[in-house]
Amino acid sequence: MLHHCDLCHIDLDRITVRRGGQVLLQDVSMHIHCGQLTVLIGQNGAGKTTLIRALLGQIPHTGIIRHVDSRGLDIPHLRTGYVPQVLQFDREMPLTVQDYLAAAVSRRPVWAGVSKQTKEKVSRMLRDVDAAGLENRLLGRCSGGELQRVLLALALEPAPDLLVLDEPVSGIDRNGLRMFLETLTDLRTTRHMAILLVSHDLRFVREYADHVVLLEKSVLTQGTPGEVFSSPEFSAVFGTGDEEEDD
Amino acid sequence: MEGIYSIMEAILPQDAFRFDFMKNALLAVLLLTPMLGLLGTMAVNHQMAFFSDALGHSALTGIGLGIVLGLRNDLLAMLVFGVVWAVMICLIKQSGSASADTIISVFSSTSVAAGLLILARGGQFAKYSSLLIGDILAVSPQDLLYLLLALAVTLSLWIVLYNALLMTSVDPMLARSRGIATRAIECGFVVLVALAVMLSIRWVGVMLINALLILPAAAGRNLAKNSRQHAAWSVGIAMVSGIAGLILSYYLDTSAGATIVLAAALFYAASLAVRGIRK
Repeated sequence: MLHHCDLCHIDLDRITVRRGGQVLLQDVSMHIHCGQLTVLIGQNGAGKTTLIRALLGQIPHTGIIRHVDSRGLDIPHLRTGYVPQVLQFDREMPLTVQDYLAAAVSRRPVWAGVSKQTKEKVSRMLRDVDAAGLENRLLGRCSGGELQRVLLALALEPAPDLLVLDEPVSGIDRNGLRMFLETLTDLRTTRHMAILLVSHDLRFVREYADHVVLLEKSVLTQGTPGEVFSSPEFSAVFGTGDEEEDD
Repeated sequence: MEGIYSIMEAILPQDAFRFDFMKNALLAVLLLTPMLGLLGTMAVNHQMAFFSDALGHSALTGIGLGIVLGLRNDLLAMLVFGVVWAVMICLIKQSGSASADTIISVFSSTSVAAGLLILARGGQFAKYSSLLIGDILAVSPQDLLYLLLALAVTLSLWIVLYNALLMTSVDPMLARSRGIATRAIECGFVVLVALAVMLSIRWVGVMLINALLILPAAAGRNLAKNSRQHAAWSVGIAMVSGIAGLILSYYLDTSAGATIVLAAALFYAASLAVRGIRK
């Protein structure tokens, strides 16, 4: 099914995840290309988050994940950046966006204050994702869209080979979502990064994705948005109205 | 010690500090409160107030076991038992077998019962009742050395662990994706709290130790606008409550531990009011 590719890519070969005698994912094979936005779609419980967790090495799986260059040679290390769907944290915590990012990128404990150098770095990280000015906002006071950008800034530092994003089902308006996807589209070209996005908004998938993978425990079909959206598998999962959304 | 005492006499004109036991108590307060104030910030943010309460109770079992095993040094018995207990709670909590509340409650009540069973054999409990309320006036220079050591260890670990712990308390899965060993970090923190609690318990008491850990941090949380302010307020409130409580207890002839905790409670009430006004 998979053909030779000209770009560097992440090669998932027959990824299977079992838990308690149940098969959560069965023989998932796909390529995630550098410089492309690959979008994972499927209904709730299709195994999208499970696949992400396997990719991040957080749950045991069988099958092989390789990071391969354009000549098909292995690149030994795969650095992933991860943007979770939601952060379940105590929103009353006295923790600013700057504290949180500084805790991730500097060694100095943030209770002892944030150095000037780190402050500059954090500001740069936020500017890169169009979130300048959020430094002193409490993390718990950020809107869904702002939080997503903060998490993106975090996932991009240090620069990953593969950026994995689990898109929130709710909490972000369509306008915010469009702006976020524009940012991702820019990143994919300027940084030549492989991006895997779990999306629930099929209309935007059609507009922004380079490659779409329809998952239902295993890969039902994959290809360009046009190919996938007109496939019988897609109709079987989402019905014939292809503008329908699964939220 | 004499050098420190004479400096204290020079800067502390209060009648109360004529006595060495008051000087020792003040030094103990100055070592204990910043340690508990710092650790408290994370206990509060990590929603572990109930956990540290259970740890305090387990000191009773620690001493009890020390007696059964014939150990001379009950501090050592408490420390070892506290650490083992903390790691057990941590592992069970991480296995996700039941809700954390229930697990902690089971541990807490079991350890109180086991401790009382041993300590109250043949109506002997009166001998140990000071454990419940603590006696900071009985601190010896050697105890102060232990406390100084504990503060130094806490501070150094707090420098190394804090950022990873902060990432973990916001989102463990995200923290793990960044290469943080979240489980080890969490257990490390729990052990650190256990050590601090066990070292402080003879001076502050089983019934009050948790208040001293939680109240300043909870008050600081109401006032702070970032992590640095949280630590600063928490340590500041803990130290001021400690000093004020100790001095007041001397003149009012009340229990030092209880007076200190009440002072901290006043700060908490004030912080709530400030928070209400800001909103």
